[in-house]
Amino acid sequence: MYSRLYKTIVSAPPLLWVGLFLLLPYALMFAHSFWMVRDGFLVHEWNLQNYHKLLTNPLYVGVLLRTMRIAASVTLCSLLLGYPLAYYLSFHSGPRKELLYQLVIVPLWVSYLVRGYAWKTILGSDGVLNGFLQYLHLTREPVGFLLYSPFAVVLMLTHIYTPFVFLPIYAALEHIPRPLVEASHDLGAGQRATFLRVILPLSMPGLLAGATFAFVLSLGDFLAPLLVGGPSGTMIANIVQSLFGAAYDWPLGAAVSVCILLITVSLLFLTERLEKRWSFK
Amino acid sequence: MSGRTARAPLLTAYAALVFAFVYLPIVVLIVYSFNRDGVGGFPPSHLTLAWYRQLFADAAIWDAVVNSLIVAAGSVALSLTLGLLAALALDRAAFPGKALFRRLVLLPLILPGIITGLSLLMFAVFAGMQLSLLTVFLGHGTALISVATTELFAGLQKMDRAQEEASLDLGATPWQTFWRVTLPNLKLSLIAAGLLIFTLSMDEIAVTFFLIGRDNTLPLEIWGRLRRGITPEINAISALIFAVSVGLIVIWYRVRTRSIGAEAPDLLERP
Repeated sequence: MYSRLYKTIVSAPPLLWVGLFLLLPYALMFAHSFWMVRDGFLVHEWNLQNYHKLLTNPLYVGVLLRTMRIAASVTLCSLLLGYPLAYYLSFHSGPRKELLYQLVIVPLWVSYLVRGYAWKTILGSDGVLNGFLQYLHLTREPVGFLLYSPFAVVLMLTHIYTPFVFLPIYAALEHIPRPLVEASHDLGAGQRATFLRVILPLSMPGLLAGATFAFVLSLGDFLAPLLVGGPSGTMIANIVQSLFGAAYDWPLGAAVSVCILLITVSLLFLTERLEKRWSFK
Repeated sequence: MSGRTARAPLLTAYAALVFAFVYLPIVVLIVYSFNRDGVGGFPPSHLTLAWYRQLFADAAIWDAVVNSLIVAAGSVALSLTLGLLAALALDRAAFPGKALFRRLVLLPLILPGIITGLSLLMFAVFAGMQLSLLTVFLGHGTALISVATTELFAGLQKMDRAQEEASLDLGATPWQTFWRVTLPNLKLSLIAAGLLIFTLSMDEIAVTFFLIGRDNTLPLEIWGRLRRGITPEINAISALIFAVSVGLIVIWYRVRTRSIGAEAPDLLERP
């Protein structure tokens, strides 16, 4: 129905644009990771020394492991908050469902910075939470460990990614045919058995998608550590950022980025496979 | 069978707690924007509008707002144009590398911002471009093609193809059909996608961080000030950003529901 000309006109501009401004930049990142800096200048000599440095330097490996721990904690906390919320909305919220749904997804798209900044004002040593604790006479001195710690990073990122985790889980729960749930009840399964043997397995693809988003986006976050993390909350993306900034070693920074990218892409690939296998259709 | 809406007090209470967790920080932020004595301490006392007055007199903030508006408007135009073409291509054309293209377009939505930001920084340096609002616009516009493509593709899938066929059968050229049938049918989807892209561009910080030149966008201006210590003036601007973003997102959601329906796949569902 559509002529060849039509197809060319609609597909050529986005293909060229995406090739030039997306594929080429990502490819440049990849290429940089095999180059090096000598005497403050970028040298286009292909080598593996960046990757060697990265894998043998205990600092980088340590920060990477800490980053993965933080990302895993964020994922777990977001799931613990997001799943019950999605379950409640899908099965128990009654007529308020639509309103509540909007209440969850609206913050999802609203300013990362505003939400992060809110935590900074709450957790600081002269912040709102410390003021509140002293007001209640629970503590006399400001509690210092709240801000500038991995804990603060996990808290802030959990706050940001809970709606991200909620969304695919809710979608998966909504797609479960209700007769299946009713059949389970009719056949004598209680609430718990129905949840564990019908609802949970059927919502697995959504759960996986949500967990992947939370993990992947936390893994590459550099703003939360700067905002509330302090030195002990430094994450791998902060290393990249300093390598591209003050330390001026773009190739090494690119190599670390490529590692983040590889972890991200392989996780996405893996979970997509699993989701496909677990979705019933 | 009434198991579906059976009462579950524990679960309800838990859900209420999660809502509190999501909204309480924002409420605190807004309350303290009216607090005379700064962003900390409890309880807030001496409510005042002084911080808002200071904010409205702050020229640097409003310059940054104008910069953000320019970048956001440009990004909407760029990403909607290319996103529309990409959606049409994915819907109607077969070309080599289609599956790869589809994934590539979506990458900026799924990848951490630092990867996309730094890649574009390297590209800018490689191409000999000065960092400026133009590079920020290129970054936002390109990254947000992902959102435009997904939303408009959903709109196209919902469209009645027969109208276009009728138009062509009745002698309209493909060009006329595009302007008089395809585009009007996609009007709501375009508005919805535009609103979302505008909001995301206004709020973007991770990619912008690496592409910014001398002129700051609003989030970067705020970021710069955070280093110099925090004041309720930042609470005031944050409260305004929150209010405007929520307004835009609610309108986006309403328009989207009308155009592609509540059953439409969510942006974060994989295509």
